[in-house]
Amino acid sequence: MLSDKDRIFTNIYGLSDKSLKGAMKRGLWDGTADILAKGRDWIINEMKASGLRGRGGAGFPTGLKWSFMPKQSDGRPHYLVVNADESEPGTCKDREILRNDPHTLVEGCVVAGFAMGAHTAFIYVRGEFIREREALQRAIDECYDAGLLGRNNKCGWDFDIIVHHGAGAYICGEETALLESLEGKKGQPRLKPPFPANVGLYGCPTTVNNVESIAVAPTILRRGGAWFAGIGRPNNVGTKLFMISGHVERPCVVEEAMGITFRELIERHAGGIRGGWNNLLAVIPGGASCPIVPAEDIMDCVMDFDGLREVKSSFGTGGAIVMDKSTDVVKAIARISYFFKHESCGQCTPCREGTGWMWRVLERMVTGNAQKTEIDMLLDITKQVEGHTICALGDAAAWPIQGLIRHFRAEIERRIDEFSRNADASRPVLVAAE
Amino acid sequence: MAKLKVDGKEVEVPDHFTLLQAAEEAGAEIPRFCFHERLSIAGNCRMCLVEVKGGPPKPQASCAMGVKDLRPGPNGEAPEVFTNTPMVKKAREGVMEFLLINHPLDCPICDQGGECDLQDQAMAYGMDRSRYRENKRAVEDKYIGPLVKTIMTRCIHCTRCVRFTTEVAGISELGLIGRGEDAEITTYLEQAMTSELQGNVIDLCPVGALTSRPYAFQARPWELTKTETVDVMDAVGSSIRVDVRGREVMRILPRVNEAVNEEWISDKTRFVWDGLRTQRLDRPYVRRGGRLTPATWQEAFAAIAEKVAATAPERLGAIAGDLATVEEMWALKRLIESLGSANLDCRQDGAALDPANGRASYLFNSTIAGIEDADAILLIGANPRFEASVLNARIRKRWRLGDLPIGVIGEKTDLRYETTYLGAGVETLTDVAKANRAFFDALKAAERPMVIVGSSALTGEGGAAILASAAALAQEIGAIGGDGWNGFNVLHTAASRVGGLDIGFVPGAHGLGFAGMASGGVDLLFNLGADEVDVAAGPFVVYIGTHGDRGAHRADVILPGAAYTEKSGTWVNLEGRAQTSSRAAFPPGDAREDWAILRALSAVLGKTLPFDSLSALRAELYAALPTLRSDAVEAADTGALSALAQRTTSLSHSSFGSSIGDFYLTNPIARASKVMAECSRLAHADHLQAAE
Repeated sequence: MLSDKDRIFTNIYGLSDKSLKGAMKRGLWDGTADILAKGRDWIINEMKASGLRGRGGAGFPTGLKWSFMPKQSDGRPHYLVVNADESEPGTCKDREILRNDPHTLVEGCVVAGFAMGAHTAFIYVRGEFIREREALQRAIDECYDAGLLGRNNKCGWDFDIIVHHGAGAYICGEETALLESLEGKKGQPRLKPPFPANVGLYGCPTTVNNVESIAVAPTILRRGGAWFAGIGRPNNVGTKLFMISGHVERPCVVEEAMGITFRELIERHAGGIRGGWNNLLAVIPGGASCPIVPAEDIMDCVMDFDGLREVKSSFGTGGAIVMDKSTDVVKAIARISYFFKHESCGQCTPCREGTGWMWRVLERMVTGNAQKTEIDMLLDITKQVEGHTICALGDAAAWPIQGLIRHFRAEIERRIDEFSRNADASRPVLVAAE
Repeated sequence: MAKLKVDGKEVEVPDHFTLLQAAEEAGAEIPRFCFHERLSIAGNCRMCLVEVKGGPPKPQASCAMGVKDLRPGPNGEAPEVFTNTPMVKKAREGVMEFLLINHPLDCPICDQGGECDLQDQAMAYGMDRSRYRENKRAVEDKYIGPLVKTIMTRCIHCTRCVRFTTEVAGISELGLIGRGEDAEITTYLEQAMTSELQGNVIDLCPVGALTSRPYAFQARPWELTKTETVDVMDAVGSSIRVDVRGREVMRILPRVNEAVNEEWISDKTRFVWDGLRTQRLDRPYVRRGGRLTPATWQEAFAAIAEKVAATAPERLGAIAGDLATVEEMWALKRLIESLGSANLDCRQDGAALDPANGRASYLFNSTIAGIEDADAILLIGANPRFEASVLNARIRKRWRLGDLPIGVIGEKTDLRYETTYLGAGVETLTDVAKANRAFFDALKAAERPMVIVGSSALTGEGGAAILASAAALAQEIGAIGGDGWNGFNVLHTAASRVGGLDIGFVPGAHGLGFAGMASGGVDLLFNLGADEVDVAAGPFVVYIGTHGDRGAHRADVILPGAAYTEKSGTWVNLEGRAQTSSRAAFPPGDAREDWAILRALSAVLGKTLPFDSLSALRAELYAALPTLRSDAVEAADTGALSALAQRTTSLSHSSFGSSIGDFYLTNPIARASKVMAECSRLAHADHLQAAE
């Protein structure tokens, strides 16, 4: 278990002072200028040494991502864009950071901006996050007033942060769609290559990072990459905000060490599964787009990137959706499927047409109104969507269904059998009108 | 150059090529819907997926991936791309299945049937059966104007139409709203599009979502006879294909011609065909007792012969209209000259263009393709959007690449690109020429500046002086001469004009011009399809034309001729490119080809022209004017322009108006067209209102 002294987000529950003064008392904004004084290369090397992997879901090494930015500007400005468009069902960590500990993010922006030669950061906040945006803006305003941001600031690196409020589209959390939206266009993903590090926001080199990835950076640099790398298993290091929702006694967001087992995570922080461990049906471990994992696989699974890959799922954002045996698992996945159908941007064919098809077939499977051959057909459709689209939303729509068929094919078949058996009986009995 | 292997075949292609282009170079066919050579890359249909060796284990969209993005093999081998592996085949089948699940499959009642990309590619790359058991999506049809019919359920969201209208046509009136399954193409408020090039979205649409409204349910592509020919609606001379069933023209489509129209045509070119069926003159008429009465050819010729005999040679003359071919103008010129008259004119608009000034003084010297090399443009009394819509698209294409200052002297209108408005008329031109305007410096600084003089600047009293001062300005800014660049351009509006000037269909010594003849300076006037001019009472008018339009109403004898789709003729476009058309249909009734009418008439008048066939006529024509022999553009001698520039005189003050009153109604064929009338009504926002 992570000891309190190793926690990065010391005010994630908003129990202490959220203002700049309070944040400074907890150690934030301590020696930011000294960190910057050590230079770009030192920061990037330290971030690489820390082994931090992006916290937005894909797990791309953050230090490596920063190092992709051109070392010398060719005349175009560099931009840092922070992706606070947290819309994945089951994921709610960025919300807590923005609400209660926004100074971690603001300081992180300065450090990250310096490391990639950017003088401007855009924070793209999800449309539904009204209070969160206000809290973030308040924090930024405090920093401007305190001379930590703006021109000739105390950190020694001219830096501006602009908060942009999205309009509430899930797809705008995809990095290139986010850039399009930020530019004022329709939020549709761009074709890659070129990647944002070469041609990003307004055609300039841009790095898009998740809120948590940026927010942990100042503490890592203060305490050293080695400290961060020492927590957890190799290649899966550091602390992480876990989100536990669903059928547990106390749903919560908690900072824990990577590599904690699922059982420990639930027992220690969420008060256990509702109705005991025998009542656990399955868990979606990393936000709605990750394949579902049945109880027997997840119970003692190690909660990190590699641990969840072993059970054919993915760590994603670390947002575990726990389902006990009262759950209609087919209906749950059908609802997730509806979400992706609703949020598909409609740009490319497989996702636009495929998500609707998959959802409709699943809806029939909820009642069992289907043929058994359609299960394989559905699996085939998910394979036709996965990997054929411009962005990863197609993959995200396909994975939950693949997980469902992998682990709960028997349940679907049972419903189909039941439906066919009752096909005659379910016909309404004719009653003469009185 | 980049080397790569496509299906094991090594090819070397330029660095900017995409995988799709490289594969085509290697002879591998790649299906596509959203990709189009002349539009930006969307990469959204996913039909062109290929397998890239060494890349991620998923197929790549070949239209969006450049060859330079490929990584070489571990030992520096050329990167490999496969277009026929099981993975690619499966991917194509998958995408095709997705495209078809919500496509209505109403091919039997779809106008695109038989020439549909989706049909063809479903045959070639699709699966043989359907697995889709859910309800299909239905989308409400949208009104986007009188020309383009929409059946939006068929739309596959390739966004070619959106990209065309925003990029080429320069209007942001078409877009994709909604998202996911609910995405729809619309003009937002269901208004008609305002572009003069909107018809091209019909060709671009790979399915039957956007089809031609006037052509709806008229014919099937396989029952049409296709003839490749040339358009005469403006002076650009776009390459077109005329599709005919029986003797009726059913539709007109563009042909690819990089030098002229790329693959676009204006709406007037595309939709004028219904005008070829109505108001046609199908037999000769002779005015008896104040009324035009049907007559035989012999009666008509006799009436003319009688009048010719009674008229002194200097009291007869001939004018040629905007759609006349070089051949018939040549025949008419020979006839009038043999009758002893020098009264000839083909400049219906009265433009001060004179072959005596040299060919360079009336050509679009930098050529249409040359617009892409220009780095500054000055428009003088020209409105290319209406006068030459396709040429305007070329200017916009160049403008989109950036660094192209465009100055406008004349009408202040929306040309579909940003311009610097300098002023309304002569005063501004003088000002610019005296280097009093900042724009002069932009022109001077440019390496390849262009001056485009429109016909509205050249008509009227001061036309000749304006032409001279425009030439002087062009010379001053270095548009003429250096490195073979000639940036002095005249923008014609009539298909016949350059040909007429080339053969010298202008007043001879002491001859009368257009105004002189029309105002009654002659007693007998041969009118070869000139309908834009009012002939005063007095002269006996022999009208040779196709439609019962203004010219026919004023005529005393009408000889029915052939329209541009009904004869083989040569037109010289504004660049000086001689293009010979092919006959697609036959003229109606007793109507005949115009050169043959004139040949027959010459025999009746006792001045038999020395050619019995079109080829004999052409042999004589080519001997006199070798440039007509081929459709290549010969650069005109720039010395003539220097001489012209010397002749600047003081200019009288006037402002340039519009040379085209109504884009949709510029000639008798267009005026006979219902579709053009509807477009014209919409363009002028003449909303119908119930009487109170």
